[in-house]
Amino acid sequence: MSAKKETLGRTVGVVVAVCLVCSIVVSGAAVGLRSLQQHNAALDKQTNILEAAGLLADAKGDIAGTYKARVEERYVDLDSGDYVEKPSDSYDMYKAAKDPATSTKLEGSKVGFQRKPNVASVYLVKDDAGQVNRIILPVHGSGLWDLMYAFLAVDADGKTARELVYYQQKETPGLGGEVLNPDWKAKWDGKQLFEDGKVAIAVKKNASADDVHAVDALSGATLTSNGVQHTLDFWLGEQGFGPFLAKQPWKS
Amino acid sequence: MAMSKETKKVLFGPILDNNPIALQVLGICSALAITTKLETALVMSLALTAVVAFSNLFISLIRNQIPSSVRIIIQMTIIASLVIVVDQILKAYSYEISKQLSVFVGLIITNCIVMGRAEAYAMKNPPMMSFLDGIGNGLGYSFILIVIGTIKELFGFGTILGFEILPLVQNGGWYQGNGLLILPFSSFILIAGMIWFIRTIRPQQVEPKE
Repeated sequence: MSAKKETLGRTVGVVVAVCLVCSIVVSGAAVGLRSLQQHNAALDKQTNILEAAGLLADAKGDIAGTYKARVEERYVDLDSGDYVEKPSDSYDMYKAAKDPATSTKLEGSKVGFQRKPNVASVYLVKDDAGQVNRIILPVHGSGLWDLMYAFLAVDADGKTARELVYYQQKETPGLGGEVLNPDWKAKWDGKQLFEDGKVAIAVKKNASADDVHAVDALSGATLTSNGVQHTLDFWLGEQGFGPFLAKQPWKS
Repeated sequence: MAMSKETKKVLFGPILDNNPIALQVLGICSALAITTKLETALVMSLALTAVVAFSNLFISLIRNQIPSSVRIIIQMTIIASLVIVVDQILKAYSYEISKQLSVFVGLIITNCIVMGRAEAYAMKNPPMMSFLDGIGNGLGYSFILIVIGTIKELFGFGTILGFEILPLVQNGGWYQGNGLLILPFSSFILIAGMIWFIRTIRPQQVEPKE
């Protein structure tokens, strides 16, 4: 039998058969479980938004309910800073950034990606009376290894940072991965993002806790810290949410 | 149904007598990294046991058809498919844990225990025994992971499966958490300690002096 096993035809036949069966199993699992996974991914995103909103402790496990009651997703035209209608039912700003029809090419930006979407999502957090008390901006930019995605929570005055929650990053654990460290995250609360209308927030070494425009950089992670800096420079600047934060359309 | 001696040996032997981590020193990498909390250790144990058991079963089923020139590739294909299925199931049913385990579920593919058992046992033995051998080795791996996960979580965080056992100083208790145990490399010391312990009660495992 062993002699017969080694013919070319048989070898190819067995390999093809194994591959076919395996691919059917794998694709079956992927398709069959997709809706559950998407549900989980959506829940995870809502959890991160609630964390940026400072509502995670209040939610007490009811993520979807709290999100629905307190958070409103709006769409902003980045050039004008005005609200716009939701561009399409399944609009995703990160997908839109890849399509030339719905995005703009960036020149000479350090942020780490080539195109920005024309319309971005923002999340308005409301208190019990329905007043907007925080605005959550989705921001992203390159870190050391890959793009890092975060939610930046800004106070209703449009100038004061509240939280910076990274929810997707591949930085080195223990160094750049410390963007997730609660102690470092806590440093953002109350920092002033602008000075005289210009982006002034800086991630720098040995920043004093009293300096309202500076956050201490992560030690051993210069490139990650620079990435955070470039991300904020871009998204708070003229090409990002700058016009939106200046106009403050949530107040009217 | 009384188990035959052979079945018992295949199923429970790998826990102490022939432990894949402690005696064969396989699969150390994942054991080091994901044992910080008992919960991740448990899920990883389950995932690995399922993958070894089923990869052994399927490879043993088709062992007479596999041409020996491409056998490693075929084993890898089967193992990789199983790992992807496990990863998908984890993402669907326990998203948080799958995020914590991150890359280590995918790395089960390269876990030496899975390949080792497929090549050393499943290629030569009938399906039922291979399946049991897979479960047995999974249990051996789980045994080490669970012991280490328990020690690390209890003395590192003062909790077991998230329940507070030793109240931490930070939360107003009396127990000062051992920071060393939270770091991955403390597993090295603990695994070495377990190998020492197992070899003390099973002295025949000690290698002869050169």
